Amino acid sequence: MTDTQIDFAMLLGGIGGVLVVATATGAMLARRRTSGGATPTIEHLNDRIHAWWTITALLALSFLAGRTGVIILFALCSFAALREFMTLTTKRTADHWAIATAFFIVLPAQYYFVWVEWYAVYSIFIPVYAFLLLPIIAVVQGDTDRFLIRISETQWALMISVYCASYVPALLTLRIDGYAGRNVLLIAFLIVVVQLSDVLQDTWGKMIGKHPVAPQLSSSRTWEGLVGGVASAALVGAGLWWITPFTIWQAAVVSVVIALAGFFGGLVMSAIKQDRGVKDWGHLMAGHGGFIDRLDSVVFSAPLFFHITRYFWSSV
Amino acid sequence: MFQPSLAAPIRKFLARRLGDAIALFARLVTAVRAIWDGIAPTEVQRIYFANHSSNGDTILIWTVLPPAIRAQTRPVAAADYWLASPLRRFVGVDVLNTVLIDRRPDQRDHDPMERIIAAVDEGASLIIFPEGRRNTTDAPLLPFKSGIYNIARKRPQVDLVPVWIENLNHVMPKGKVIPIPLLCTVTFGAPVRATDGEDRHAFLARAQDALLALRPEGAND
Repeated sequence: MTDTQIDFAMLLGGIGGVLVVATATGAMLARRRTSGGATPTIEHLNDRIHAWWTITALLALSFLAGRTGVIILFALCSFAALREFMTLTTKRTADHWAIATAFFIVLPAQYYFVWVEWYAVYSIFIPVYAFLLLPIIAVVQGDTDRFLIRISETQWALMISVYCASYVPALLTLRIDGYAGRNVLLIAFLIVVVQLSDVLQDTWGKMIGKHPVAPQLSSSRTWEGLVGGVASAALVGAGLWWITPFTIWQAAVVSVVIALAGFFGGLVMSAIKQDRGVKDWGHLMAGHGGFIDRLDSVVFSAPLFFHITRYFWSSV
Repeated sequence: MFQPSLAAPIRKFLARRLGDAIALFARLVTAVRAIWDGIAPTEVQRIYFANHSSNGDTILIWTVLPPAIRAQTRPVAAADYWLASPLRRFVGVDVLNTVLIDRRPDQRDHDPMERIIAAVDEGASLIIFPEGRRNTTDAPLLPFKSGIYNIARKRPQVDLVPVWIENLNHVMPKGKVIPIPLLCTVTFGAPVRATDGEDRHAFLARAQDALLALRPEGAND
């Protein structure tokens, strides 16, 4: 096995260990409660843990399949996320071709540009060219009712679900000295740190949380949870320095940045859900709502993580 | 009508595979989820009545029905649409097992209600669209035609189950060929039956209300 494969196997072993402990704890809690009837909270927790097994297995498989596997996996995630996002946007029949273009041309094209590692194009394709093209397709249909709202929401859906999400597999295109062939571990680092940060914010918030960050939006996202979660994420990230091109301190600082981006990303996406009067983005997996409910924090942190790494460490 | 060259078992096999493929495609595009709210998915004879805003309505309901229920359920559909080409005929007759009726009074050689009642008497569950045509207006529902009332009067022992299809009209608006992927739900509600002495208007109003009550909250327009 190569170094990368050994590190990857160790990382998987670690995640697997955490999940085994979580699964056992969940099962114990459920059994203890069966006398008094299982509570929804515990059922919810167990649903989440089961879904995490699925997510980990999918990620591991795609990593083994290499660059193409990772790109296909995230292209499918973008498809599912865009499907959820567009379900909630303002649209009229006149938008049909613009939205079809977003799904069947813009999305595959963006991932194709990532696949051929064409940074100059994939970094501006959606913010510039899709941004200009889609309103043109919509406007020739002649329906101007709520036009600005319609084209803005379509663009927002694309930026979040496709553009930002594609920065995760784009990490594979970076060229870092002494890190050749190990880029897939950057993806693992990003996902593990951001997702654990989510869980830890939740845990800290439940234990000592008192002061909500955005009282009107969510009472469960507190300053205590944020500080505790980000600090814990920094520790997790520092502990994972060996899979990155960073030193321990650099890994901790990068972790703080992506955990913060993830937290506020989650807040932004909650605000959109509240605006549209829904609790979850979709109904894909039990316990996880939709794809976007799980991806929101990663989506916000991925472009930041990409550009920090590219600017300070990459040679292209 | 049938192509004699294609042996029945092969035809049946092809119909099943095509049925699976259609259901898979419907799920890919809509990630459709069934919500059983006030009724359980059991193999009891029923008449499902749904809102009709897209050509895909029949297929979406058919997709979310559990296989055992699907096998005993026949959509009632327009003959002029489903017999228009050999492929549509195969899907309509062999895959969906539709009860085909002619909507054009001046051209038909049968009474649609007789065919529907005959299917009920054979034990089939039905899928009907009581609005009578596709709703392309901004109103959530068109006024029901009398058909559903006549069925309820003629076969009062069968439950009429309201089924609300949400969002499919945005996936495939009228006149568009390419569907756009959006999440859809199909909500099955508590059954209604015509009560003794209830007149046509009262029953139709009650059935419409039962269907409208299933619309999800926060649904746009």
